[in-house]
Amino acid sequence: MIDARRLPSLGALLAEAFETWPTDLATIEVDRHREVARLRYADFGAAARRVAATLAGLGVGPGDRVGIVMGNGTRWLLAATAILWRGAVIVPLDPRLTPAEQSTLLQHAGVDALVADAARARALPWRPDRQLLADPTPGDLGPGVLALPHDGGDGPEIEPVPRARTDLAAVVYSSGTGGDPKGCRLSHGAYLAQYDALAATFRWERGDRYLSILPTNHAIDFLCGFIASFATGATVIHQTAIRPEILMDTMRRYRPTQMAVVPLVLTAFRRAIDARLADVDPDQRRLVDGLRAINARITQTKPRPALSRWLLKPVHDAFGGRLRTLFCGGAFTEPALARFFCDLGLPVAIGYGLTEACTVVTVNDLHPMRDDTVGAPVPGVRVRIDAPDSGGVGEVQVHGPTLFDGYDRDPARTAEAFTDDGWLRTGDLGWLDAAGHLHLVGRARNLVITPEGKNVYPEDVEQHLGDVPADGLCVLATDFVWPRRGLTGETLLAVVQARPDQRDGVRDALRRAVRRLPAYKRVHGVLWWDDDLPRTATFKVKRPALAEAVRAVRSRDDVEAL
Amino acid sequence: MNDDAVLDALLALARDRYGERAATLTARDDLYDALGIDSLEAMDLLTALEHRFGVEIPDYELQDVRTLASIARVIGARL
Repeated sequence: MIDARRLPSLGALLAEAFETWPTDLATIEVDRHREVARLRYADFGAAARRVAATLAGLGVGPGDRVGIVMGNGTRWLLAATAILWRGAVIVPLDPRLTPAEQSTLLQHAGVDALVADAARARALPWRPDRQLLADPTPGDLGPGVLALPHDGGDGPEIEPVPRARTDLAAVVYSSGTGGDPKGCRLSHGAYLAQYDALAATFRWERGDRYLSILPTNHAIDFLCGFIASFATGATVIHQTAIRPEILMDTMRRYRPTQMAVVPLVLTAFRRAIDARLADVDPDQRRLVDGLRAINARITQTKPRPALSRWLLKPVHDAFGGRLRTLFCGGAFTEPALARFFCDLGLPVAIGYGLTEACTVVTVNDLHPMRDDTVGAPVPGVRVRIDAPDSGGVGEVQVHGPTLFDGYDRDPARTAEAFTDDGWLRTGDLGWLDAAGHLHLVGRARNLVITPEGKNVYPEDVEQHLGDVPADGLCVLATDFVWPRRGLTGETLLAVVQARPDQRDGVRDALRRAVRRLPAYKRVHGVLWWDDDLPRTATFKVKRPALAEAVRAVRSRDDVEAL
Repeated sequence: MNDDAVLDALLALARDRYGERAATLTARDDLYDALGIDSLEAMDLLTALEHRFGVEIPDYELQDVRTLASIARVIGARL
């Protein structure tokens, strides 16, 4: 494991990795059931140098910003390494956003260049002049638009541009694709501190195999499936399909030791296990239940992977038989779901994090496994509860070396994000127990998070409702209006200003508009509102003020289902 | 196979899989609402479609698809 404390930048960390384990496997890329590429560390380094040389040829240098729009895979990591080696700033985008959303963010970040899958690049309404494209057709290429190299070729000599810990490494958009994107400015120092914290908490070693299934713009995959894996000499296995039967086939073949998932994937695994157990005869079923109970007892204080594997071999074999940790994040994880896997000897590390704090704030270190909390703060990071009520519940605030520098080009929102003494306001509600573990109980932010880990901002939904003929319309997270205990089943609500005789027409228009949206963007109810919505000088609705006004005179019972 | 033929085959497959729930399903209905399925069951449906039509559809291409008509277009583009 490389000691990052003495290193100045992510680029230096990566360069050292390629020299330390030249013949170990760095990456394996799998497309469904086919392996499409594998690279040793030395070869990965040579290929990254060639990408860096190509970027240099396009004039990309220190401080420039380069967008990445690609699915998870070897080339994502090659692009990121090369961008960092040029001293440039990564702007990683979610490949699942619509092309229009991606263009909005690329423009907001002011990218100087783009690395993208050719098919995705073609669909973008706006892109910068300088591009590196993966899998291009000859027609895609031209002046300033080159093919993304994926091997070392002639091995051009190019030295990484030195960077300092305070230099910007990435601008990461947590979401907010509407008119108001929020780009988090993350430094090399923040990422290195985050890596230190993770390495101090979990065993991660040379020869480990990390299975990457989340897009690498996702903070957890960036940290686990890139920085931490390379810094320890592990192999990253990429699989882009997340369907259970494809995933489980990949796991049996490549036998991963760690993987990061969102709660939805855990649910899919659980269904697969349940389906398998439903097929066995009652006697065998009782045996498995008994073994599971025994395993639950012997792993109460800490995981005992070897023993669990021996006890519950068929279950473990289905996951490859070497799986040590499932990192689950991106959304609230049901305690019972995590417990299900822990009892089988497949430890689920539940954590809590946000892009503004570089990824992880607290995590359950599994010694012992606790399913009732999101864990204790990682080393170096401090958590406090602001203005706790009689039950100790208040806003979770964070301090430490992993914090972001602020929102890109948005000093007003940056100022709002920090307290006067420099702590990050998370907008989440929780309390700390005697063991220092954080319990999350709710959200005081105007935001909904789905089980897939999608952050849904009401502002983004609202822009799809422009045709609804109301005098005023504002979408809010229901829990933002009426905070409650609980982080599942979150919904969106439209506050609509319309006269009683207009309401039928408005309701129909709303239903039609909502039906065109993907499920996670759906507005579930409407609240009729007689007064003018409170607005700023630029005519934007003041959301906190509206939420407060609604809370004062209405309750959840006044919401009409759509 | 044209889009209409794909659509007929999709309707037959949906009825086969979901029985009564799919009895009155049409090309323009919202699949999630009409069949009461969640996104995991939708992934299973995706696999069944691939086997039926002998095509491969990346998960992300269907993430925002909500009706049989739009699935037919995605499959039609690959046949």
